[in-house]
Amino acid sequence: MKFLKLFLIVIILFPLSSINAEENDTRNKITKNLRCLICQGQSVYDSDSEFANSLKIVVDKKLQEGFSEDQIYEYFKTKYGEWILYDPGLNKNTYILWLLPILIFLIGGAIIYKSFIAKK
Amino acid sequence: MKNKILPFSVIIIFGIIFFIFYKGLEDSKIYTPDVNAKKEIPVFNTKEFFSGENVKSSSIFELDKVYLLNIWSSWCVPCRQEHPLLMNLNLENKLNIIGMNYKDNLKNAENFLKELGNPYKEIFIDLDGTIAIEWGAYGVPESFLIYNKEIIKKYIGPLNQEKVDEINLLIK
Repeated sequence: MKFLKLFLIVIILFPLSSINAEENDTRNKITKNLRCLICQGQSVYDSDSEFANSLKIVVDKKLQEGFSEDQIYEYFKTKYGEWILYDPGLNKNTYILWLLPILIFLIGGAIIYKSFIAKK
Repeated sequence: MKNKILPFSVIIIFGIIFFIFYKGLEDSKIYTPDVNAKKEIPVFNTKEFFSGENVKSSSIFELDKVYLLNIWSSWCVPCRQEHPLLMNLNLENKLNIIGMNYKDNLKNAENFLKELGNPYKEIFIDLDGTIAIEWGAYGVPESFLIYNKEIIKKYIGPLNQEKVDEINLLIK
C-alpha cells in the first residue's frame, strides 16, 4: 500500500515538474533574447534592475496565458520597438547585416574557385 | 587581366566592409526611445491607491480629455524634484494628472503625498511593475501625455520646466 501511494505521488508529481522545467527553459530563452533597455549591454535575463524584473514577470504571465515565444517577442516589439530584441528580423535597417556575410561568402567562394580550382 | 581582378575585388570588398563599419562607429550606441509614436493606451485592471478598490483603465481615461499619466514612487529621488512642477500643472487645471504608483510601499507613498502635496486626480497602483510594461515605460519617473485614449507624447525621466512648457504648448 505504501509503495502504491509513493508510486502515485511520483506519477502525479513527475510530469508537473517537467512541465515546469520546460516553461522555465522557454522563459530563460526569451529573457536572454530581450535587451534590458535601461542597462545597456545586458539582457533581461542577466539584469536585476526594476525594469528587467518586471519584464520577467510579464514574460511569465504571457507564458501562462498561452502565448508562444514569437507572440511574446511581437508583444514587446509593439511596446518598445525592435531594439528590445537581440535577434533582429530582416528589414530595411538590418538587411546589410543579414546579406553581407552571404555576399562575402559567395564572392570569396568565387575567388577561390577561380584562382585555384578553375586553374587546374 | 585575370590576375588583376583578384586584388581589385579584394580591395573593393574590404573597402565596402570598412565603410560599413566606419559608418557603424558614428552611430550612437545609446538607445533613444521613440517618444513621439502615437499609440493607443493599454487596457488593464488595477487597484485604486487610497481605497484599494478594483479599477479598470477604461473608467480612468475618458475620450476628449487631456491626461498626464505620471509614474512615480516614494523611493525615487527624481520624482521628488519634479513634484513641484506637477503641483503647478494641477493648479493651472488644464489637464487631469493621473498617478501610477510604481513598486512602492503604500505607507511611504502616502507620506510622500502628505509631505509634498497631491497633484493627482486619481492614483492607481502598479505593485509588480507589469502595468508600466504594458505602457511601454522604462522606469520612474516617466510621464505620458494622453488625448482621446491615445499617447501623444512620453517624457522619460523627471519633468523640467522645458518639458512643462512643451506640454502647455501641446494642449493649447
